[in-house]
Amino acid sequence: MSEHTTSREPTTGQPPRRRSPDRPALTKRVSSRRRRLNEDPLVRRVLLYAALVFVALLFVGPLYWLFTSALKEPGDIYQYPPEWVPSSPHVENFTEAWRAAPFANFFVNSLIVTAGGAAIKLINATLTAYAFVFLRFPFKNVIFLVMLGALMVPNNVTLIVNYITVSNLGWINTYLGLIIPSAGSIFGMFLLRQYMMTLPKDIIEAARVDGAGHLRTMWQVVLPMCKPMLVTVGIIAVVDMWNDFIWPLIVTNTVEMRTLPIGLLYLRTTEGYANWGAIMAGTVMVALPMLILFLFAQRHIVRGLTGGAVKG
Amino acid sequence: MASRTASTTTGAPAPRPDPGSTPGSPRTIDRRAQRRRGWRRNRGEYALFLLLLSPNLLIIATFEYWPVIYNAYLSMTRWNMLSGVPQWVGLDNYHTLLNSETFHQVMRNTLAFTGTVVIGSVVLGLALAVLFNQRLHGRGLVRTVAFAPHIVSGAAVATLWLFIFDPNYGLSRVVLNQFGFGSPRWVTDSDWALASLIIVYLWKGVGFVAIVYLAGLQSLPEELYEAAKIDGAGAWTTFRRITLPLLSPVTFFVMVITIIGTFQAYDMIAVLTGGGPGNATTTLSWYIYEQGFQAFDAGRAAASAMILFIILLIVTGLQTKFVQRRVHYQ
Repeated sequence: MSEHTTSREPTTGQPPRRRSPDRPALTKRVSSRRRRLNEDPLVRRVLLYAALVFVALLFVGPLYWLFTSALKEPGDIYQYPPEWVPSSPHVENFTEAWRAAPFANFFVNSLIVTAGGAAIKLINATLTAYAFVFLRFPFKNVIFLVMLGALMVPNNVTLIVNYITVSNLGWINTYLGLIIPSAGSIFGMFLLRQYMMTLPKDIIEAARVDGAGHLRTMWQVVLPMCKPMLVTVGIIAVVDMWNDFIWPLIVTNTVEMRTLPIGLLYLRTTEGYANWGAIMAGTVMVALPMLILFLFAQRHIVRGLTGGAVKG
Repeated sequence: MASRTASTTTGAPAPRPDPGSTPGSPRTIDRRAQRRRGWRRNRGEYALFLLLLSPNLLIIATFEYWPVIYNAYLSMTRWNMLSGVPQWVGLDNYHTLLNSETFHQVMRNTLAFTGTVVIGSVVLGLALAVLFNQRLHGRGLVRTVAFAPHIVSGAAVATLWLFIFDPNYGLSRVVLNQFGFGSPRWVTDSDWALASLIIVYLWKGVGFVAIVYLAGLQSLPEELYEAAKIDGAGAWTTFRRITLPLLSPVTFFVMVITIIGTFQAYDMIAVLTGGGPGNATTTLSWYIYEQGFQAFDAGRAAASAMILFIILLIVTGLQTKFVQRRVHYQ
C-alpha cells in the first residue's frame, strides 16, 4: 500500500527500448496511432482527474451528508433544496438521540464488549501462535490445520446452535454471552504464527540458553518483536467486535444490554421516519469511533483486512 | 515459505511408516519406545503447549465445530427452540424447503443479491484499482475515503443510506431531480428494495475490493508489459490479454470473500428492509434468522443453514482448485 507505484502507462515519445528488427514498420505504425488516440497527455490527464473527482464525490458525498445532517438545526433538515452548508453547528440532534434511546448504555456495552472481546482474542491469538511456533508437541501441525479449518465455518451455521449453547450456559443477556462465542482467534492466530516464524531463531535460542522460561521468552523477547503484527491483529479484532450486529441482536433481549449498532436500530424504531436529524446523530456516534481509528491506523487495518479478509 | 515451515516444525515430524518395517519389527518398537520416552522427557513442554492452546481450542471447538455437528442434527428434527426436545423427522425439513415457493423466492433473491454484488464488486473494484494505480495527485486521499465505509458498522452505513433514499428529504431525490428524475420509493417498493441493498453494499465494500486489486496490480511482473509494448499492443489489449488473466487468482479471491460478505449482511437487511416488502429482500441468511429467531422453527432454520454451508463449501472448493491450477501453470 505504499505510495510508490509502478506506472503501466506507456510513456509518450519514447522509442521502444528494443526494436525487433524484422518488423520495424508495424511497431512504428501502431505506436503512432496509439499516441494520437489515448496518448494526448492533456486529454488523458483531464479524463483521469475527472474520474478521480467523480469517485471522490461518490464517497465523500454521503459522508458529508451524514455529518451535516447530524449538525443541522432540527427543522432545517426538511428544507428543499437542502441547506448544503449548515449555518452554524447545532448539537440538539445529539441530545435528542441521547434522550430517545439509552445511548450511554449502548456506549458502555459496546466499549466493554469491544475491549473485552478484542483483548481475549488477542491473548488467544498470541498464546496459540507461540505454542505452535516455539513448543514441541506431537502432530502439532495437524492440530493447527484443524483449528484453521474453522475459518470455513460461516457464522450463519453457528447462529442457532450457539444461541442454544449460550442459553444453556445461562449467558443470555450477559457480557459473557456477548463476548465469549467470538473470543476465539483463528485468522489472528494464523497471521501471528506466520509472523513469529520469520523471527530470528538465534535470539530466541539465546534467551532460552540464558535460562529464561517459555513464558518469559514470550513476554520479553518474542512479543516485543511481534509488535506490528500484534497491533494489526488487535485493531482488526476491535473493528470486528465494535461492528458486530447479528450476534448481539439475538443474544441480548433488553434495551439496556444492547450494543451501539443494535441501539441504532432501536433509535430508528423509536424516532420512526420523523426525526432524521436525531437518527443521523446516532449514526455518527456509531460510525465516528471507527472512522477515527481508521484515520490513525489505516496501514494496520488495510494490512489486516487484505491479508486474507475472511474472518477475524 | 515452504522451507521456513519445514525448518520450524521439526518438533512434530509426521510419523511415516518405514517401508521396510512391519508392525512389531524391532524398528517400530524402537520408534514407539522413543515416542514414549519423548512424552516422558518433554512432559513439561507438552503440558505448556496444551495449556497455551486450551482457551482458544475450547472456544473454537464449542462455538465453531460443535455448531456444525449439532446444526446438521437439528436440520433433521422439528423443534421450537423454547421447550421440549427436538423430534427426529429425517429429511422432511429439506423436502419442505425445496418444495416451498417462499424458499424458491429466497434462493432467487440470494442469487440476485449475491450475484449482482459479486459482479459489481469485481468490475467497479478493478476499475477503481486501475484509476488508483495512475500517477495522479490526491489519489491516496481518494483511496482512503473509498476504503473508509468498509470499516464502518453496516448498521450505520445502512441507516445513513436509509435517509439518503428518503423519497422526500433524501440526497437521492436531490441528485435525481438535478437530472430531471423523480426519486423512487427505494426500500419500500418491492421493485427497488433489492436494488437499494445492492447499491448500499457496493458503496460500503467496493473500496476494499479496489485495494485488494491494487495490491494485485502492483505485484504484476514488469517485463510482460515491456514485452507487450515492444510488440505494439494497445492499452486495452494489454489489459485484456495480460492484466486480466494474471489477476484471475485475485478475482477468485474477491469473489469468494464477497459471497461470504453478502451472506453476513444481516445489519444492512435489518436496517434497510427487514427482508421486505413482502419477501422481496429475504436472502438465505436472513431467512435463517427469520426461521430461527422469529418463527422459532429450529429445524427449518438449521436446514437452511446447511444449504448455505454446502453452497459456500462448493464455492470455496472451486476457488482452491482454480488457484492451485493457476499456480501450477506459472
